[in-house]
Order: sequence, then C-alpha cells, then structure tokens
Amino acid sequence: MTLITPTGESQENGESLVELKGVTRIYGQGEAEVRALAGIDLRICQGEFVAIMGPSGSGKSTCMNLIGCLDTPTSGNYRFRGLDVGTLSRDQRALLRRHYLGFVFQGYNLLPRTTALENLELPLIYRGVRPRERHEAAKAALQVVGMSDRESHTPSELSGGQQQRLAIARAIVTNPNLVLADEPTGNLDSARSVEIMELLTRLNRDRGITIVMVTHEPDMAAYARRVVHFRDGVIASDEAKA
Amino acid sequence: MNLLTTFLLAIREVRRHLMRSVLTTLGIVIGVGAVITMITLGRGATEKVTSQISGLGRNLLILMPERASRSGGPPASTAPFKIEDVQAIVEEIADVAVVAPLATRPLLAVYGNENRTTTVTGIDNNFFEVRDWRLSMGRTFSETELRAGKLVCVIGATTRKELFRYQDPIGATLRLGKLACEVIGVLEAKGATFGNDQDEIVLVPLRAFQRRIAGNRDINLVFVGAKSGESTAKVQRDITSLMHERRHISRGEPDDFAVRDMTEVTNTVGAATGILTAFLSAIAAVSLVVGGIGIMNIMLVSVTERTREIGIRMSIGAMEREVLRQFLVEAVTLSLLGGLIGVAGGLGCSALVCFALDLPFILDLSTVFLAFFFSGSVGVVFGYFPARKAARLDPIEALRYE
Repeated sequence: MTLITPTGESQENGESLVELKGVTRIYGQGEAEVRALAGIDLRICQGEFVAIMGPSGSGKSTCMNLIGCLDTPTSGNYRFRGLDVGTLSRDQRALLRRHYLGFVFQGYNLLPRTTALENLELPLIYRGVRPRERHEAAKAALQVVGMSDRESHTPSELSGGQQQRLAIARAIVTNPNLVLADEPTGNLDSARSVEIMELLTRLNRDRGITIVMVTHEPDMAAYARRVVHFRDGVIASDEAKA
Repeated sequence: MNLLTTFLLAIREVRRHLMRSVLTTLGIVIGVGAVITMITLGRGATEKVTSQISGLGRNLLILMPERASRSGGPPASTAPFKIEDVQAIVEEIADVAVVAPLATRPLLAVYGNENRTTTVTGIDNNFFEVRDWRLSMGRTFSETELRAGKLVCVIGATTRKELFRYQDPIGATLRLGKLACEVIGVLEAKGATFGNDQDEIVLVPLRAFQRRIAGNRDINLVFVGAKSGESTAKVQRDITSLMHERRHISRGEPDDFAVRDMTEVTNTVGAATGILTAFLSAIAAVSLVVGGIGIMNIMLVSVTERTREIGIRMSIGAMEREVLRQFLVEAVTLSLLGGLIGVAGGLGCSALVCFALDLPFILDLSTVFLAFFFSGSVGVVFGYFPARKAARLDPIEALRYE
C-alpha cells in the first residue's frame, strides 16, 4: 500500500507520472477571459487511483484535458513521464496519447456501426500492430471486461454498462500507463456504476494502471485511494486514504 | 497506420454507407462513363470514316478538271482531260503503278419493267485494280471489248438488286438510254461513302462510252495509284507540274485542275473527327468535375457528421496526417469506385451504340487507364479540403460535438 501525504507527494515508488507546476489555463481574451485553471500544482505517481471532484466550472475537466495531452497550459509547466508537454507539437502529443494514455468518457464515445472487436482494434491499428496480434489483444481485452460473448455486437446493440465496459477495454487494450476516466458512471444506474468502479479498481490493483477519474458522486470517489477537490480553478483539497 | 490498412478501413466505411456512397460516386460514374463513351465512339467513327476513304483505294491520287472557287464556294468544272494526258502520266511519271481514266454520265438503265437512273461510267480494267474493286460474279472486260468498244457492262450490287431482283443478270441485256448492253459481271457490294451509294453504278468500256454514249473523247477523272511505299506527295507534285505543262498554265495563273491525295484527305478527316472527339470529351469531362464537387460535398457532410469519431480517433492517438490520409483515401476510394463503374458502364454503353450505329468498337486501354487515373485525381483534389478540415479539428471540441 502506497502512502500518500495530503500534499499529494508519494513517499514510496516515487516515480512521478504526471507533474503539474503552477499550471494555468485561460480561455478567451480581454473581457471574455475565463481562468479555467488559476495555477495548480499536482503530482500523480505510477499506480495511483485518483478521483477528481468539484462543482462544474471548477476546472476539473480542463485539468483532465491537460493531463490527457489534448490541451496545453497557458502558463506553468506540465511534465508527463518527465516530458514537457507544453513544448510538444500536436502530433507529438498524439503519439504520447497513443502510447501511454487511455480515455474513458461519460458518453462512451465508441465508433457507431462498428463491432466491439473493431472498436478495440482501433487504438492498435494506430500503433501499427499486425492484424493477427491486434485480434488477439482485442479479444483478450474483451475478456478482461467480461464481454467475450459480445465481440461482433455494435454499440447500439449493447446496454450502457456494456458500452462503458467496452470503452474501458478500448482504453486498456494498449496497456497504457494512465487511464483518464471522465465521469465514467455519469450515465449509468448505481448497479452498473458499481460494476464499472469494480472493474477500474481491479485494473488499478492487478495491472498497475494509473487511473485518474473525474466524478460528481462521492460514492464513486470512494473507490479511489486519493481524492482531489477543485474549486474555482484551484485545488481546494487533496486527500489520500490510508 | 499504413496505406493498405487505411484503404481497407476506407472500404469498410464505404460499405457502411453503401447507398450514400453509390449516390456520391454517381457524378464520377456519369463523368467517366461519358468520357469513355465519347472517346470510344469518336475512335470508332474516325476508324470507319478513314476506312471508307481508304476503301476508295490505297495510295490513291485523283486528278480532276476543276478550278478552286475564289469566293470559297464549290469548285467550278473546267475543260476535261484527253486520253493523251493519261498516256503522258503513264510514260513520264515515275512511281506510278496504275492509271485509270474514266468518263461518266447519268443515264436511265432499263430492264424489263424496272428502270433506274444510274451513273454510267466508262473505264478500262485498271479501274478495278486502282479502286480495289472485285466482282461477285461474272468477269471484267476482255481486250477485244476494250479495244473494239463493244457495249457490255459490269453492274453494281444495288443496280443489280433493283433491276434484276432475284434473276441471274449475267448474259441479260440492259437498255442504257437507247442502247442495248449485255451484263457480263456484278461488283461486290461496297456500301455507301458519305451518303453516296457506290453500288449504284454501271461500268462500260471507256472507248465504247466515248463513242456511243458521250460522243466525245473527254476524260472526266483520272485515278492514279502510286507504287506502294512511294511518297504520294511526290507523285502529286509531279502530276501537277506535268499538267501545268500540258494545259499551258503559266506561273501565277490559277490551276484549272486539282490533284487530290486521298491519304491527305484521310488525315484531314481523321483530324477533324479527332477534334470533334476531343471537344465532346471535354464537355463530358465537365461532368467529371461536377462529380468531383459532389464528392467534396458529401465528404464535407461526412466530416461534420463524424466529428465525434474524429475526436475519438485523435484521443486514441491519431496524428493530423493520419486523419487527413484517412479522409483523403476515403474520397479517392469513392472516386476510384466511381471510375471503375464509369469505365465499365462507358465501355458497355459505347459497345451498344457502336453495335447500333454499325461502328467498329475499338477498346483503347490507355483511355481507360487515363479515365481511371483522372477519377482518382478528382478524389485527391476534391477530397483534400474536407480531409484537411477533419485533420485540423480540435480533439476536445470534436469529442464534445453532438
């Protein structure tokens, strides 16, 4: 069990995966300027399971986009695996996502009219994995999320919970360092939500995948071992559970 | 992600929206089909016309007594040639294989209850050689018939059909004007050239024609066959200068005769039909461009419709150029598909039309490849803009797109 101090510093396995220092993100200019992030420091280490909470507009989604290398900070410094993301080009950030990141969204974001297996193969195609290995890896990932019997179903033929499990399988099929989950249970009833959270917990525990999850629900945040609260673009609290 | 994978994914995408894909490619199908049809029909028509002209005879020059009109109207006829002019050509001009003089006059041919106005033409046996005309039955003129000027005739296929129906014409006696004339042969059918039925003809020995029909020694036309492999242009020059001399035309005076080189006519007509073909193909190519715009339109719709998909791909780690390539390959796949269907349709269509119009069907592979290549280029050109639009999307915005 990793011990984490309230400042978010890991005392054990000190390899930091995500490191934000004085990061701001400002949208618009002049009158219309919106400070989505007003200077945050956050360090997340390999193997953590972090929940990010906060009211809407508190900057948690902006922070997720930054961590996910979909966006770059206006000022401050973001290092992912020691790389300064702010200096990378669009394509270089795409490559970072391809090799180290997995995304899970509230709305699942699976390709429509595409079978479960094809959806899972997509990240592997971009990685240049050969068809046979791709197929094997996709099947293995389906098995991890317990959906081996649904491989030729399209998203519209799956329930919400199944779609989210499929989305998680897509996020982990490449064995990423970090999975970013943006309100993964937001569209699901409590029973399905518990299933999803147990799946994420299992992936974190058994495969050592770092998980950062945005959620509104304290019940879901309870699955994480560290909870970061955002308010008005700054981190209001950062608590680790023993 | 390599090109093959991209292509396979593009095909998957095309199949997923089969109806829309087919409708999208319709413009290209019609464009390519029209171009192929125009070019193939143009080639067929050119081939037919030139073969008709060369059907007049190979390496053929025609010497005619006419003067080019100054006002650009039809040429005026001038004094006919004499048999001595013909002899001079035979004796003085090198590289001449055969010379056939002829005189002609329209006359009423009567047999039984049937009568036809035909072109009665006085010839010698060289005529059959120079025009490459063969008989389907009977024989050509004998030496005695040619020399003595006995009135016998070889008739064309149409004349035979109209006058004799199913009777055997050989040995029968026709009446040409007031003269009786025995049929000794029938020509093979030649077909029409430029609306003129070449089979509506009665051939008689030249001397008999001059003495008994025309009543003069005029020669209206001289066919000159150049030796094969020799330049018809040189023979044409030689005949022209010989005729200048014989018809007393000094330098600067307009010629009162013309020497037509049929090779030249063939080339001219070929060039004319070529221009027509190019013109029609250009019009057809416009529809190819319209088809391209259709593809661009649908690709733009597709990019908008698939904004979220693009966001997903980007979040998964697709680089800008990979998204660009994906949409570009999809556009090219669509246009190539259209090209393929268009080529097939165009060839099928032109084969039908060729059959209906009795034109030779000439399959020109280079045209097919060109059309195919061009349809691919249309895909690249008109697919680029939508693809770039897709590639430049902001992944965060794209993921949020409803």
